[in-house]
Amino acid sequence: MAKTVPKKKITPKKTEKKKPVVQKSISSKTKKPAVKTESKSKPSPMKKGKEVKSVTKKKKPSEEKKGPLVVEKKIEKKKEPERTFVPPPTKKEEEPKEYKTIRTEINKIMKNKYLPISIIDGIIERAARDKKIEAKIKNIIEKALEEYTKNLIDPTEACGMISAQSIGEPGTQMTMRTFHYAGVAEINVTLGLPRLIEIVDARSTPSTPMMNIYLRDEYRINPDLAKEIANKIEITRLTDVADIEMDLVNIFISIKPNKKTMEKKGITIEDLLERIQSVRKLSAKIEKENIKVTLDEPGYKALQNTNETLKNLKIKGIDGIKRVIIRKEPNEGYVIYSEGSNLKEVLDIEGVDPYRTTTNDIHAIARELGIEAARNMIIQEAYSTLSEQGLNVDMRHIMLVADVMTADGTVRAIGRHGVSGEKSSVLSRAAFEITVNHLLLASQRGESDELNGVAENIIVGQPVNLGTGAIELVMNPKKPKQKGK
Amino acid sequence: MAGRNITKKIGALEFSVLSPNEIRKMSATKVITADTYDDDGFPITMGLMDQRLSVIEPGLRCKTCGLKVGKDKCPGHFGHIDLAMPVIHVGFVKTIRNSLRATCRKCGRILLTDKELEEHRKTIIKNNNEGRDNAYIFKTIISSAVKTEGCPRCGTQSGKIDLDKPTSFRENGKKLTPTEIREWLEKIPDEDLPLLDINVKSARPEWMVLTVLPVPPVTVRPSVTLESGERSEDDLTHKLVDVIRINQRLQENRDAGAPQLIVEDLWELLQYHVTTYLDNQTSGIPPARHRSGRPLKTLAQRLKGKEGRFRSNLSGKRVNFSARTVISPDPNLSINEIGVPKEIARELTLPVRVTTQNLEWCKNLIKQTAAVEKPGDNYRPRVNYVKRFREGVEQRMKVTEKNADDIAEKLELGFIIERQLMDGDIALFNRQPSLHRMSMMAHRIKVMPNRSFRFNLSVCPPYNADFDGDEMNLHLLQGEEAKAEAEILMKVQENLMSPRFGGVIIGGLHDHISGCFLLTYKDKTFSKEKTSEILATFKYKGKFPEIHEENGESFIYGKDIFSVLLPKDLSIEYKAKACFHCEVCEAANCPNGAYVVVKNGKLKQGIVDENSIGSFKGRIVERIIRDHGTAAGRIFIDDVTRLGIAVVTVIGFTTSIDDEDIPNEAKRQIGEGLQKAQNKINTLVTAYEHGELESLPGRSLEETLEMEIMRVTGRARDMAGEIASKYLGLNNSAVIMAKSGARGSMLNLSQMSGCVGQQAVRGERISRGYKYRTLPHFKKGDLGASAKGFVANSYKSGLNPTEYFFHSMGGREGLVDTAVRTSRSGYMQRRLVNALEDLKVESDGTVRHTGGEIIQFMYGDDGVDPTRSTTGKAVDLDRIIYDVKQEG
Repeated sequence: MAKTVPKKKITPKKTEKKKPVVQKSISSKTKKPAVKTESKSKPSPMKKGKEVKSVTKKKKPSEEKKGPLVVEKKIEKKKEPERTFVPPPTKKEEEPKEYKTIRTEINKIMKNKYLPISIIDGIIERAARDKKIEAKIKNIIEKALEEYTKNLIDPTEACGMISAQSIGEPGTQMTMRTFHYAGVAEINVTLGLPRLIEIVDARSTPSTPMMNIYLRDEYRINPDLAKEIANKIEITRLTDVADIEMDLVNIFISIKPNKKTMEKKGITIEDLLERIQSVRKLSAKIEKENIKVTLDEPGYKALQNTNETLKNLKIKGIDGIKRVIIRKEPNEGYVIYSEGSNLKEVLDIEGVDPYRTTTNDIHAIARELGIEAARNMIIQEAYSTLSEQGLNVDMRHIMLVADVMTADGTVRAIGRHGVSGEKSSVLSRAAFEITVNHLLLASQRGESDELNGVAENIIVGQPVNLGTGAIELVMNPKKPKQKGK
Repeated sequence: MAGRNITKKIGALEFSVLSPNEIRKMSATKVITADTYDDDGFPITMGLMDQRLSVIEPGLRCKTCGLKVGKDKCPGHFGHIDLAMPVIHVGFVKTIRNSLRATCRKCGRILLTDKELEEHRKTIIKNNNEGRDNAYIFKTIISSAVKTEGCPRCGTQSGKIDLDKPTSFRENGKKLTPTEIREWLEKIPDEDLPLLDINVKSARPEWMVLTVLPVPPVTVRPSVTLESGERSEDDLTHKLVDVIRINQRLQENRDAGAPQLIVEDLWELLQYHVTTYLDNQTSGIPPARHRSGRPLKTLAQRLKGKEGRFRSNLSGKRVNFSARTVISPDPNLSINEIGVPKEIARELTLPVRVTTQNLEWCKNLIKQTAAVEKPGDNYRPRVNYVKRFREGVEQRMKVTEKNADDIAEKLELGFIIERQLMDGDIALFNRQPSLHRMSMMAHRIKVMPNRSFRFNLSVCPPYNADFDGDEMNLHLLQGEEAKAEAEILMKVQENLMSPRFGGVIIGGLHDHISGCFLLTYKDKTFSKEKTSEILATFKYKGKFPEIHEENGESFIYGKDIFSVLLPKDLSIEYKAKACFHCEVCEAANCPNGAYVVVKNGKLKQGIVDENSIGSFKGRIVERIIRDHGTAAGRIFIDDVTRLGIAVVTVIGFTTSIDDEDIPNEAKRQIGEGLQKAQNKINTLVTAYEHGELESLPGRSLEETLEMEIMRVTGRARDMAGEIASKYLGLNNSAVIMAKSGARGSMLNLSQMSGCVGQQAVRGERISRGYKYRTLPHFKKGDLGASAKGFVANSYKSGLNPTEYFFHSMGGREGLVDTAVRTSRSGYMQRRLVNALEDLKVESDGTVRHTGGEIIQFMYGDDGVDPTRSTTGKAVDLDRIIYDVKQEG
């Protein structure tokens, strides 16, 4: 009795129509396909966060490529002369011979069929470990191909809706509190629902910015060198290394450096003097072990003001980085964790590994390393926030959200100031938020709503152009009669 | 499927501003009288309730189109009010301001050179072609035009335009009247409008200064007759009355040549009324109020917000053929079924077209209506209505006891009967909040006595339902396509796997897990009789499990009973929930039986618990669904839950307060441990007070102390828990529940029998309350354990008053947290859904916006459906290799 045939899900017509659009959107996102092949191998290592990353890396030489993924962009984009060029980590370690032979064999079996790289790598790794498996590799590949094809997503699937639900639904099970970071007890990091909302909102600065600063070569092995870098990064103010005393009678300020901390931070009294002299309207000189600061225009008020500026005077370090902690990580060496974030300047520090250093400030990543890196960071941050809460959400859902946020080359928020506010449909925008303004503006601009999306068609009372609603095959009710004759 | 035609499809909706001419043209009448009805209760002509603006009383005919309201559907007709003086439309104030600032007051051109204008025009066209946003260009045009001094064309100096919110403009401090503004805007030539973000085809700036006001049809603002016979008008009508009244006074005064001051006052008053008519929440002016003091709900308020037209009537719609009642559990139903109360089944209907095949059956159904129902009779569906079509007109007859036989006789082919529900009908079942697609699934109806909806307990997790008074909704599908779709895509058995993480979300819970645990723990045996009893609960028809004999007694192993449910080709190995996480896993030789081995459909060893059959984790359930399809999965879940319950019933399973009893020796040990912790804290505090405490890097001394104490108290609780659980073995029901994952955790148990532990608010020890102390029971500045919320007692031993108070503080925080969280995450989900709802996987594997924009070139980078993936992995390699190894 049913007149439609909902089972058939392929509408070849649709795709043809859309071809010209494809071209257009590719041009705006040309960067993507180039990186695509690499990000294929990504899901597995990213799941476990940074710490495990290095471990897996050792095991799977084939994935050595990960690091450079982020970097490529950086080199093309940033060609500031003062930035010292750091050669990328040694090119992909040569695959062991047996790996290579297995790979060529697999390629022979596969012919022109496609399997995700991570799967092939998984098979190679196992085959190399176990001869028994290697013997049956053909069988395994065939089975994997069969299962892979079986597991492909259906066309017309409303994947966006499913992703939104899959991320939103466990939201009710998350905590609201700020906890200590699992790795470093000393740094507070926003976690749980507030952090997830922050990511999705694409806030310009995270509420608790922090960085994981990885080091290069000898710096990560030698604790002294690591400490030196940490001192360069952590902001040190005058009050941290010296006592400041005001002499109200003789109108001068005497600065008594604290030797112990000075030494610890690697600052000499000359450094101090130099920094103090950079402040305007005063002169300073070293007297014994102290520094005496006198004003160019002496006065009680001026003295107080100068006292304040001196207290907050930056001696050393990078703006925004409040505190650093050095920790020795297994299989890695020394890693610097910082409270506060300033990606741009940290990357310029000698000895910092620019290929692995990260921050949770997504906008900073987008600025410094490009949109593709920002996308990866959104994925990683959202995924780790969710899994830290013990919630299991498929990578693909988070990837889709990250891709929607970064699709036009900028980081856009999910909400009325970002993705939703830029929708082309008037009705959809009006139904979301700020209804009246959207309608008035639409009338002034003479906009027309083509009724392509979900919200619009629901408003108008038509079937939605997704899932089974996307099929436009209808049976002609007259036909059966003719057949009867 | 009654008379379904291929209906027209709306191609697009266009938005534009109404011009005064259009308003007059579409107007059915001019409205000049501020009154609605005369003394006889008859609508006044040219009043606000003029019958040409459509009618609201049923039976009356509209004087414009001659149609009745309701069935005939007179759509309603607009009227208009001619405003004596023009007023500004609040919604367009910003555009008016920009237009005034950017154009010349004399020649009306934008204050930029032709060259600049041409450049801007080009970029706008370019951006439009590339689908980019133009907002920033309009901003630059306006800001650069404002800066220009003197018109590049006529040289006129432009004044500074100020906007006094909400609607009055000043030029160089002198007030601009709406009339002047309108004249100015009229001068702006068409070719300059696109640069001001105005589409010439849909709007002219001068239309944003109103000279005519459309009066919406009566149907938009129906009046209500109260019980007392009094009429109560709609808010819009009230506002329109105000507008007309002031408009009349203004006109009279102006015509009579009243002083400028009076005219201006009235003009402003008219502006106020028109403004509030359009939007009663304009900032800067007091909202117009009803006599009772309630602010009026005018046009903008009707559309706006959650209760506005858009979100409550357009995006969400009311439906018929639905029911709602309290839910309760019924373990005897299949997960696909739902028990529907007879009362509901009799009320809701499904349409059935009478055909040659079902004519007799339909007649019988109709005749049933006349049959007398005796108590104890089986439910038999009847027919509520019969519909027929005469010359395209639908006629609907109510079937009653009296006319049932009559109608049955007259029944013809092509009629549609609306029959009551019967077993096997498909319906959608839903619980709010509908957070994911599994919140609405299709069930098969089973009509039952009593008044609640009933369903299998295993279906609770996807709905997130419990039975503490929850209510749920049922929706009946009226079309054949809808029914087919629900059957194929929405049935519970089709939703066993979650798209969120590619695992099962429906499985056994609570007693089902305890039952299977008891059945498979160690070498539990059952007599022949007990075995039969258990197997009978799920109507097992296969081979009887293997009977063993020892010392003349025959018995059956519990594991063999469980194996009865497993498909013959099932081979799987995994760790059970009861795993102790030993350092070296002995896998198949696990001494605790926590390693499950199933080979060829036989449970060789291991305990069946949450990791085997539970929702979210059940490995066996997942495997069966993957290998044998959803129907097999459904049958397995149905049977395994019944099996679990049967085992629990046969063996007996109960927990009580003495399950938390621990021997005195254990109590002594716990006491000792707590004392040690107490001492440790005291030493920490003294060290802190003497300044001997070494602070952690980057922390103050106070923070360091707090962290150290938190660590000590945390360890103290763990210690108590360990000692307690040492004395609570697996012969203890509460422990069985915790270990098998049926309910509760070891933490719960240790809190009951050992020590409750540190209470925390905001992740810190409790510190608020009185000055320097939490409660007056303690000394000021006391930093000890008990003064800061450490509860040393167990729930069983009972909390002392201060402990009880601290515990309540912790508990309250939890409640507040939940309340805040639900609203926050709800809004986040709404935003996510709105941003992602239009995405679709195309036939070529890309993900695109419905507009055509590509979001991903391959869904999820590998094109794999998360639902079908094995917890995220595209292909389950371990499994394939295991299988291949088994083969050879």
